[in-house]
Amino acid sequence: MVLNCRHVWDRISDYIDGTLDPEVRADVERHLAHCEICSAVLDSTRNIIILMADDRVFELPVDFSQRLHARLDAVLSSEAPDSA
Amino acid sequence: MTTSPPGAELQQQRETALIAAILSGEREKFHDLIRPYERQVYHTALALLKNETEAEDVAQEAILRAYRKLASFRGDARFSTWLLAITLNEARTCLRAEKRASLDSLDSTDYGDGVVTPAQLTDWRELPSEALEREEVRSLMQQAIAELPVTFREVVILRDMEELSVNETAEALGISISLVKVRLHRARLLLQKALAPRLRVAWKPEKKRGVIRRLPWF
Ligand SMILES: [Zn+2]
Repeated sequence: MVLNCRHVWDRISDYIDGTLDPEVRADVERHLAHCEICSAVLDSTRNIIILMADDRVFELPVDFSQRLHARLDAVLSSEAPDSA
Repeated sequence: MTTSPPGAELQQQRETALIAAILSGEREKFHDLIRPYERQVYHTALALLKNETEAEDVAQEAILRAYRKLASFRGDARFSTWLLAITLNEARTCLRAEKRASLDSLDSTDYGDGVVTPAQLTDWRELPSEALEREEVRSLMQQAIAELPVTFREVVILRDMEELSVNETAEALGISISLVKVRLHRARLLLQKALAPRLRVAWKPEKKRGVIRRLPWF
């Protein structure tokens, strides 16, 4: 099947996750081979997803962990977990 | 998609043992159980609430709740999925309490049937992960995530930021796998649409300056 750009955009997420049927995947790849726009849409989307997974996007507040474990200490020493 | 990453099984065995120990009285082991996930819990809360102080409170509350409810954890889900589901519930409660009005206007039903058109560029210059060392790039990313409707944001946080599988994301959110895929797709295109043009402007490798500096030596 010959896909237009819209068809390709609709499949970008599944393409990136590798969940397209092999036939559809081949159709998408055929389109990508000659379409600069869809190639750039794919590359930029994939790039953004990779950056998104980086811990540096949101940094932990200073001493977050110390405050959390101090609060836990107080609770752990005075309370047992609820019984099931 | 459904296969466990290497080491996941070992980690699960370690967690099962820790949970059994905590429930039989070695309470202080809860510190060890939670340590690998505290960052994830905070990120999840922050991405939903968009406020650092609230996110820290919600993260702490969620973790305390997980401790108190530990006996109700069933080994059929991963501990991290269960913990993030608790975090999302705490964060949603907080959102509902404070921002009912603005939450309604951010509802993703606006995008329900609509198609998202990505930003159309003709080339893309790869941003390496070092780009995130720049404050400008980080804040562009944070802003784009914050602008997503909340139901899309939840999916993108779990799947793309915390790297849960599609199945785990569905489980943590209590929605179907197909709904996760639909929301994820739209969220990713919305992020591309918002970010691709801005990142392209923000990220310019400083090659030229290097060349100019090197010139006198030739
Ligand atoms: Zn195209």
